[in-house]
Amino acid sequence: MRSWLLLRLIQAVIAFVVALALLFVLMRAAPGDPLSRLSADRPVSRQEIEALRARYGLDQPVGTQLIAFVSGLLHGDLGVSIEHGRPVTSLLAERLPATILLGGSVLLLNFTIGLWLGVRQAVRRGQREDRWLTTLSLTGYAMPSFWLGLVLAWLVGVEWRLLPAAGMQDPLLEADAGFLSRAGDVLRHLILPVVTLSIVSIAATMRYQRAAMLEVLRLPYMVTARAKGLAEHDVTWRHGWRNALFPVITLFGLWLPILVSGSVFVETVFAWPGLGALAAAAVGSRDYPLLMGASLLVAALVVAGGLITDVAYALLDPRVRLG
Amino acid sequence: MTTVLEVNNLRVSFPGPAHSRFCPVDGVSFSLQRGETLALVGESGCGKSLTSLALLQLIPAPGRIESGSGIRLGDTDVLALKGEALRRIRGRRIGMIFQDPMTSLNPVFTVEAQITEGILAHFRISKAEARDRALQLLQEVGIPDPGERLKAYPHQLSGGMRQRVMIAIALSAEPEILVADEPTTALDVTVQAQILEVLDDLRARRGMAVLLITHDLGIVAGRADRVAVMYAGQIVEEASTPRLFASPSHPYTQGLFASVPRITGPLQRLNPIRGSVPAASAWPTGCRFRPRCPKAFDRSEVEPPLLPVGPDHRMRCWLAEQTKETGHG
Repeated sequence: MRSWLLLRLIQAVIAFVVALALLFVLMRAAPGDPLSRLSADRPVSRQEIEALRARYGLDQPVGTQLIAFVSGLLHGDLGVSIEHGRPVTSLLAERLPATILLGGSVLLLNFTIGLWLGVRQAVRRGQREDRWLTTLSLTGYAMPSFWLGLVLAWLVGVEWRLLPAAGMQDPLLEADAGFLSRAGDVLRHLILPVVTLSIVSIAATMRYQRAAMLEVLRLPYMVTARAKGLAEHDVTWRHGWRNALFPVITLFGLWLPILVSGSVFVETVFAWPGLGALAAAAVGSRDYPLLMGASLLVAALVVAGGLITDVAYALLDPRVRLG
Repeated sequence: MTTVLEVNNLRVSFPGPAHSRFCPVDGVSFSLQRGETLALVGESGCGKSLTSLALLQLIPAPGRIESGSGIRLGDTDVLALKGEALRRIRGRRIGMIFQDPMTSLNPVFTVEAQITEGILAHFRISKAEARDRALQLLQEVGIPDPGERLKAYPHQLSGGMRQRVMIAIALSAEPEILVADEPTTALDVTVQAQILEVLDDLRARRGMAVLLITHDLGIVAGRADRVAVMYAGQIVEEASTPRLFASPSHPYTQGLFASVPRITGPLQRLNPIRGSVPAASAWPTGCRFRPRCPKAFDRSEVEPPLLPVGPDHRMRCWLAEQTKETGHG
């Protein structure tokens, strides 16, 4: 088990390095560069652009640039954003908490409510509740999140004025407000973006969990569990769900990057000060350092998602752990 | 003799096309005496496994037990039980072993967890005591090094060992009846013999009644006290084992015997029963064996009841009226 884990870690590192190199090269292979827009709306001379190019190292061959980037990365330095003129690390650190809060809440709701509803549906297969939840989940899944976000922002935020529709904090909140009222304020702002993202993702998780649970419910060991005289709750959750969890762990690994990638659309609609919107803007302006920093965060979480999935499988399934 | 289990006109139905329902188990009646072994014999699809599942209301949805069916465990009307009361008889009054020990054990729990949860579901004892009992059970079913085996997961055990664990689970709440549904079908021949030996041994020691469900007449002889042969959802012949083996009377039973290969005597072609078991949604009218029966005659178009053939010997065939055996036939 220990050597397997070490091997898997090495694999993860390799995957991350490959992703890094690809991101770096592809970004520079894409048409346009960070300085090409500079002369679009103001008179900037060729010499000035060349000077800037040299300053950001963009006149160097791609390989040299990559080496410079990696050596910076190893020292925790991601360079300076061309668009914002500030270190990428501090830009990311500024935006990351909001995105983690949003993505984390979505993940949490997703893998509690989504799993619970999916199992309930499978157990009540074909009954009225199952049919209703199927209709609801398919409807939810079919709604584009940016559209749903706009509708919710307009309806709940503007028409009914129940919840704030933009930002993360009330600008009118007094400066000396206590922690509780600050937290409550953030929570109120959090509701609409989280609901928007969750409706779509919970629908997917539910369908996934329902299918996985239906598979397990057919298996003979479920009859064994019932024939032993176990309570129906134990049969469903202890014997059934424990086994129906495996496919869902994979889904969790796939969803994990949402913690740092957030959602460009939803963050934009609700003016949520997260990474998603920042990264989207960086794509437009070809802000290589910022784009690289944001992409690497996502890449790291993608690799981590895979790693966590594998480790969770091993911990939960004795056939993997001991086999 | 005390009757421990009485099944009366059991009918299990499943939904068919257009709100119809068909009955894979269609009017099965039998009883089981204390300490007795009854073999329920038939081909796959004849309804024998559903019959056994019905005993503890384990029929999978959307199947259901039709009203008018009766299952009595001593004084208990099983079909009147629900929820907690039903849970309390499962495993406690009837223990069950299933066909495939590969899939009947939960892959993510240890042997210990799977045996002790059955014990703890019925007795108010500590986990340590339950573990001691589990250890004894493993010894009883002949598992070497039981202390180590308790910690094992199913995938670490051989098929025979897993089936022994299944038997230990079935025995964990000390039931008075053991239902063994094709307990050896999925196992190697040498292992089959060992498992049957364990079952025989336990029955003798614990005085349990056993309902042995099988398609294999070979394991019935010398093991079961009585045999009930099932065909197309019904019992078609019932007799004491010696009597049934000496004079199988229903044409289907005779066909079953004729299709068993013999090791002694001159080499002969096997005589399989022609055709195959009809689907439960399309039982033939009249005698259900009629389309495949070499002896079908005009009266077969009317469904026969179970008719006496001799003392303690009945069959579902009109021929019973002509061929009543005298003593041993």
